[in-house]
Amino acid sequence: MDEKKEERNTQEMREKYLRKDMMPTIFCTGCGIGNVLNYTLRAIEKQGLDMDKTVILSGIGCSSRLPGYVDVDSLHTTHGRALAFATGVKITNPELNVIVFTGDGDCMGIGGNHFIHAARRNIDMTVIAVNNFIYGMTGGQVAPTTPEGDYATTAPFGNIEPAFDMSSMAISSGASYVARWTVTKPSQPINSIAEALENKGFSFVEMLSPCTTAYARQNKVGSLREFWNWYDKKTILTEDYEMLKKYGDPEEIEKLYENIQTGVLHKEEKECLSDRLKRLIEEVQV
Amino acid sequence: MSEDLEKAKKVIGKKKQFIHGDTAIAYGALLAGCRFFGGYPITPASEIAEKMAEMLPRVGGKYIQMEDELGSIASVIGSSWAGAKAMTATSGPGFSLMQENIGFAHMSETPLVLANVQRSGPSTGQPTLGAQGDIMQTRYGTHGDIAAITLSPNNIQETLDYTIRAFNLAEEYRTPVFLMICADVGHMREMVEIPDEVETFERKKPKVPPSEYVPFGEGQYGKKKVPEFGVFGEGYHTYVTGLTHDKYGFPATDDQKDHETLIMRQVEKILDDREVLTDVEKRNLDDADVAIVSYGIASRSAIGAMNKGREKGMNIGYLRMKTLWPFPIKEIEELSKKVDKIVVAEMNLGQMFHKVKEHADCEVVLASKIGGEIHSPDEILREV
Repeated sequence: MDEKKEERNTQEMREKYLRKDMMPTIFCTGCGIGNVLNYTLRAIEKQGLDMDKTVILSGIGCSSRLPGYVDVDSLHTTHGRALAFATGVKITNPELNVIVFTGDGDCMGIGGNHFIHAARRNIDMTVIAVNNFIYGMTGGQVAPTTPEGDYATTAPFGNIEPAFDMSSMAISSGASYVARWTVTKPSQPINSIAEALENKGFSFVEMLSPCTTAYARQNKVGSLREFWNWYDKKTILTEDYEMLKKYGDPEEIEKLYENIQTGVLHKEEKECLSDRLKRLIEEVQV
Repeated sequence: MSEDLEKAKKVIGKKKQFIHGDTAIAYGALLAGCRFFGGYPITPASEIAEKMAEMLPRVGGKYIQMEDELGSIASVIGSSWAGAKAMTATSGPGFSLMQENIGFAHMSETPLVLANVQRSGPSTGQPTLGAQGDIMQTRYGTHGDIAAITLSPNNIQETLDYTIRAFNLAEEYRTPVFLMICADVGHMREMVEIPDEVETFERKKPKVPPSEYVPFGEGQYGKKKVPEFGVFGEGYHTYVTGLTHDKYGFPATDDQKDHETLIMRQVEKILDDREVLTDVEKRNLDDADVAIVSYGIASRSAIGAMNKGREKGMNIGYLRMKTLWPFPIKEIEELSKKVDKIVVAEMNLGQMFHKVKEHADCEVVLASKIGGEIHSPDEILREV
């Protein structure tokens, strides 16, 4: 696509999907959350979702401010509870496309219980979790996802706890589509979010995204460019990971475990909750 | 009669039934048009969830058992925005957990019904025994400034009727409504009659096109302080947040005036109608020197105390608050001018007692009872 055409396309996307009154966003320079919204909207466009029949929900935190920027029915709920609200929305009207924006603290910390149960139910919705390894909005406190040894305002001597792997949690809890990407490359996440929207079940897309203020201030990440590059250096496509694990030399294999796997990590077809409920009602209704 | 009501009555069954308060709540909900229940088991309210789980799919409604009470109330709010009349039921420990999203329901003006079958607390307390310890919590439990609508029936027929009323008020005022009974009413059986006709209030939806819709501004064709409700999926693109917001729903968190405007409208939409919402039952007040003021199950002992006292020649009257919030200020003021003394009988160490004292122009004493037993009439009479 030539530059002019792309510019025109972007302009059309803005007109179609964004609430201009809400601009500018609250996001810091170099933050990846805006990119997550960009990729999500392009996936929505790709799938041709009817925005009159789409609801976007979120909890509390930086990433949870996203629904406010989209011209759509949206619920900016309480901390950690978005998936429980979303469950009520989806069950009540299964015709609605339900998308949830959440963060690592919101989803895996305070909202952990709702997260595992929504995945277990395989309720038909797409959850996009922005993982920046820290509580950003409150100023950089340690999160359940903060890597061991990293610094945070409430881990001033380095984090002594092991971190949660959100995607693994989603898989073991019963999600039918799980993928993890970095915000540094657009096309894979766009295609993957489109797949997630397509999947009739609980879809979980983890987006690794730099927190350039609260995290970067406390940890040695270098310049913005270096910080963004870190995500590419630190991640490996799951296909490559498996290949190297099988055929790599011992040195390569040892290094492998320091990396975070990205890609579509899990995919299976199984009946979603809305369909089960529909079946029940058909069986017992008077 | 609507098709929905016909279905509900078919599922409920016989017109006259000997049922307990928990079942009466489930019946009332079904008749009122409730089609979503987000549940979580807790004694002594579990029977409401059980009944709803059995009945709702039969009328095409949805029951879901959530992972905890934080989730059950959240799912109810989500369901309400998706267009259903929705409810949950709980008891003290669950009610405490729900306070967070009760605040969200107030802030987002979400209609819902919350039935609380009270048990003795604090904490796990006496799970199977009744109490009236959560009344203040409906009004002051969540952080910040709110006005609550709280109903308190004292028998099983009234519990059924008031459940219907709770749904109607929730829809009319766009607000959570609290239906407060206790383990004694929840598990006590009496004969009830299923009403043939049920008057329901249907949510006022916007009639203007989406571009002109103001989701948190003035009501256009109903109550002025109650904006119309743009149900999700109907093209109104409402942004709903727990943050302080302007009339369009967008965050406005830095300005004193924005917050005051929003909260005052939310509070006044209910308090302006204090007299309309107030419901009291009065007995023997014409010649009374002393009045027993009570509510819920304690009022049944109050009647016993009144009758016993009158047999002894004492001029005792009775006032029962069927609505607790908004507080019936006028009724209490007028009563206190008529009698020399008010005895407030309640199953706690004094909650509504303080409100009565605040508005009464006479001596006010407390007949308190805790520990999971209702007052004996003598225990109330002692304070007269």
